[in-house]
Amino acid sequence: MRDNPVLRIVAKIIIPVILLFALYVQFHGDFGPGGGFQAGVIFAAGFILYGLVFGTEALRNAIPPGLLRFVMALGLVLYAGVGATTMLLGSDYLAYGALAHNLIDGQHLGIFLVELGVGITVSAVIVTIFLAFAGRNDP
Amino acid sequence: MLIETINIVLLGMLALTALAAVRLHDLFAVTMMFGIYSLLAAVVFVVLDAVDVAFTEAAVGVGISTVLMLATIGLVGRHEQRPAHRPLLPLLVVAVTGAALVYGTLDMPFFADPTAPVHQHVVPYYLGKSPEQTGIPNVVTSILASYRGYDTLGELAVIFTAGIGVLALLGLRRRKRPSKEHQTP
Amino acid sequence: MNIAGLYNYWIVILLMMTGFYVVISSGNLVKKVIGLNLFQASVFILYISMGKVMDGAVPILREGVTAYSNPLPHVLILTAIVVGVATTALGLALVVRIREAYGSVEEDDIHRQDESL
Repeated sequence: MRDNPVLRIVAKIIIPVILLFALYVQFHGDFGPGGGFQAGVIFAAGFILYGLVFGTEALRNAIPPGLLRFVMALGLVLYAGVGATTMLLGSDYLAYGALAHNLIDGQHLGIFLVELGVGITVSAVIVTIFLAFAGRNDP
Repeated sequence: MLIETINIVLLGMLALTALAAVRLHDLFAVTMMFGIYSLLAAVVFVVLDAVDVAFTEAAVGVGISTVLMLATIGLVGRHEQRPAHRPLLPLLVVAVTGAALVYGTLDMPFFADPTAPVHQHVVPYYLGKSPEQTGIPNVVTSILASYRGYDTLGELAVIFTAGIGVLALLGLRRRKRPSKEHQTP
Repeated sequence: MNIAGLYNYWIVILLMMTGFYVVISSGNLVKKVIGLNLFQASVFILYISMGKVMDGAVPILREGVTAYSNPLPHVLILTAIVVGVATTALGLALVVRIREAYGSVEEDDIHRQDESL
């Protein structure tokens, strides 16, 4: 597919827009529909489009599989780490009020970090799954 | 009246798509029917005021599930053999299960009834207390991340497990091409 | 759909049974997984339609709105959708491995090869 000029040029134009839209959905999940899961899936869709148009070899060069494994675990550790932090600060597990001076600011910070962890892990897992399926019969 | 018409039209199209998926034997066409079904379901979710769910279903069902099925068909083969046995027993099982479910719905409150039990008890607390306890307008996000944050941690663990499961089954390393006898046409 | 009452649920049950039929009657493993996904999507429609409130609004709090649709089924179904795609990915990975081990993804061929061992 990388021989087709239309696909190549349109993909190069659209992939940054997709990644930017994913970041928008991630951080505006508080005020409209959106949040971690949707943002992670859209972010992964940008990378999947790159892999479809330019080949799985190019996708492997862009994202090394070791980095993918590390990022997969990073989001989950971030989420669980927020809970552990609130416990170390004296409150219950995942009680976000302990993270800042007043309850509302703590909730905002806690929800922000938690959704970030969700988005990171979901995008890494979906890119991993796609790479495992699509790269199965590579020469 | 317009909403009801849209609802009826969408559910009719969903039924047609599902029946087409049953009758077709080319797996590529069945996958496309599944993609159309997911997109129609996302539109139904928007009509039913579930915008977060519609977003997720459109992204996950139409995007990721369809791509995975297409990748599998590329690895496995796209034609389904005609089934050898008659469909009487599956039809009977499906009819009995459907009848049992319809009998179960006879006790349910009517569709969109505001006095249904599911809208009492805990939900007015979430809708009322969410601004002063979390300060976030989107109630779905505040329930997902704050009130029921523990469940979301478990869900994240499930996705992580799926990722490492696929890594264990298929792996990311490049492998040699499989030998000729496994490549049936 | 106020006049329809319970008919909405019955149509969704028809959709569920179509997906269920594909799961139990098709011999091809990939088609079974697709049927399972059809079944799951119909169950989601059933749950979300239980959460709708007549003349309610999208559950994002703003000025001037009195009745909101129930956000609790939305949260449950959000989790269910994501768990569903995780299950689908693992199921399809297993199908790929079965194809490499047995040479076919038809149920009858696999049973025949298993019995001849």
